[in-house]
Amino acid sequence: MTRVEITDKASEIVRQLKAKHGELIFHQSGGCCDGSSPMIFEKEDMYLDESDIHLGDVEGIPFYMNKDQYEYWKHTHLTIDITQGRGGSFSLEIPLGLRFIIHSRLLNEAEQSFFKSN
Amino acid sequence: MSYSKPKFKEKYANFINGEFVAPVGGEYFENTSPIDNSLIAKYPRSQQVDVDNALDAANAAKEAWGNTSAAHRASLLNKVADIIEANLEEFALVETCDNGKAIRETLNADVPLAIDHWRYFAACIRAEEGTVSELDQHTLSMNIKEPLGVVGQIIPWNFPLLMLSWKLPPALATGNCVVLKPAEQTPSSATLLMEKIADVFPPGVVNVIHGFGPEAGKPLASSSKVNKVAFTGETTTGQLIMQYASKNLNPVTMELGGKSPNIFFNSVMDADDAYLDKAIEGAVLFAFNQGEVCTCPSRILVQEDIYDKFMEKVIERTNAIIQDNPYDTNTMMGAQASNDQFEKIQSYFKIGKEEGAKVLTGGEANKLSGDLANGFYIKPTLLEGHNKMRVFQEEIFGPVACVTKFKDEAEAIEIANDTLYGLGAGVWTRDAHQLYQIPRAIKAGRVWVNCYHAYPAHAPFGGYKKSGFGRENHLMMMNYYRQTKNMLISYDKNKLGFF
Repeated sequence: MTRVEITDKASEIVRQLKAKHGELIFHQSGGCCDGSSPMIFEKEDMYLDESDIHLGDVEGIPFYMNKDQYEYWKHTHLTIDITQGRGGSFSLEIPLGLRFIIHSRLLNEAEQSFFKSN
Repeated sequence: MSYSKPKFKEKYANFINGEFVAPVGGEYFENTSPIDNSLIAKYPRSQQVDVDNALDAANAAKEAWGNTSAAHRASLLNKVADIIEANLEEFALVETCDNGKAIRETLNADVPLAIDHWRYFAACIRAEEGTVSELDQHTLSMNIKEPLGVVGQIIPWNFPLLMLSWKLPPALATGNCVVLKPAEQTPSSATLLMEKIADVFPPGVVNVIHGFGPEAGKPLASSSKVNKVAFTGETTTGQLIMQYASKNLNPVTMELGGKSPNIFFNSVMDADDAYLDKAIEGAVLFAFNQGEVCTCPSRILVQEDIYDKFMEKVIERTNAIIQDNPYDTNTMMGAQASNDQFEKIQSYFKIGKEEGAKVLTGGEANKLSGDLANGFYIKPTLLEGHNKMRVFQEEIFGPVACVTKFKDEAEAIEIANDTLYGLGAGVWTRDAHQLYQIPRAIKAGRVWVNCYHAYPAHAPFGGYKKSGFGRENHLMMMNYYRQTKNMLISYDKNKLGFF
């Protein structure tokens, strides 16, 4: 079972970015403007530590969220998708005229008990 | 009255060292209007080299500019204000076209406020004085404020000209040179301003570069050629910018958004009068600027004994919002700034409903007719639920308020503070004790009491908690762009006697 998944369309963009930039990570943003969207960076670009929760891997790259934010998100399942757009962050897909976005749903009972015991 | 889309050139340039310069790499991006998704113009897709050129120009200009008199700098800031004022309608129209907000707002809020910020800091720098202390009979301590040098500013797309006018004037007034990057979604009003004020400042004092965050924003934020970075945006980019600043041991200021509570105590309904009318409007201000405001009052907290009656009026007022062509002065609410925002807001409707939030009104996109059918319109939306739902905890940055009830003062404060953020809050009451005590108990940098969404230049604005740090507006802003030179002067002719 997973906490985070990715659509085929978004996977394809991740593969493109990987070919260009090498190893990558996702970090879920919060706050103003382009917040509440996932950002993709080169692996070394962002300093990560125990305050970042690793929710799982998508298309071979890890997905992180700040643990304070995760407290409010942990009952939901996330799917990374891609749409036309032009976010104002440092996320690497922006020059393509695309933006990663998150679709969420509630974890079902099976998933909830799975993540409770794991 | 209705306006129409303003005319633009085919493409624009960066403004570096007092001149309009094409990007070195020759690449451009297409900027579109969210009103109908039509092309506005092409803007430079700048890279590291363009950023470096702008920073070199700013560094070359900083000594001379930092040594100009306060009177001179103030006169130039006032000149900029006069130029914007003389072209108010043109700026308003360009802003509406680029951002999608209703022309009613740009004519009456964005542009007039922007003008006032330039004048405010022109006045501040003239009125201000340093400090001197006589530490003892022979020793004088003199504090002189000196500019930092070169400042990098990265501004958002929700109030393009106004956010520029929050950031540029205090930096320039205090004698800094600036390299500013507008958001790639809204490069137009910054460009128009540079066209109008190209000759006002000496070359290199103000530089504007366009481009994408990873290609132009990151080189600006991480450059060792800047002495400070000021950023408005979201938390992840904020964290990255602080990382880069730590490498250069540079100061930063951060304004990172919020999830602002707007609290209505039962006394608001003690009478059916002008004040109640104001309070209802205060709740509906979540729809101001399509909800694309860092301080959007996106959580409405209503005391339970007035909940039904109060919300009935709020829903009625929300339903009376006219959402139509943003160029029409009767329109109250325009388009969301971009497709990704439009999609994001709708994905929040989905998870909100799944978590059990009840849609009181709105909750879907608004399909307008004609060319507007291609634009990004969302109906003003009220969702009823509880504070643990994700729609209550995350900045949706759309015309969406989440409504819940509270029993008493303690519960109101608990819900209000149960958030990662602390930028704005509203408190509405006729009770004199609550007027003071509730705002003090709320962990936010700005609490509006019996009002909301006022942004006078004279009042400091900024966040607690994950909403950031540092303040904008107010004369205290100037110290975020300066360092203190302490001169410790001895008037004693006699030696210490140590050696």
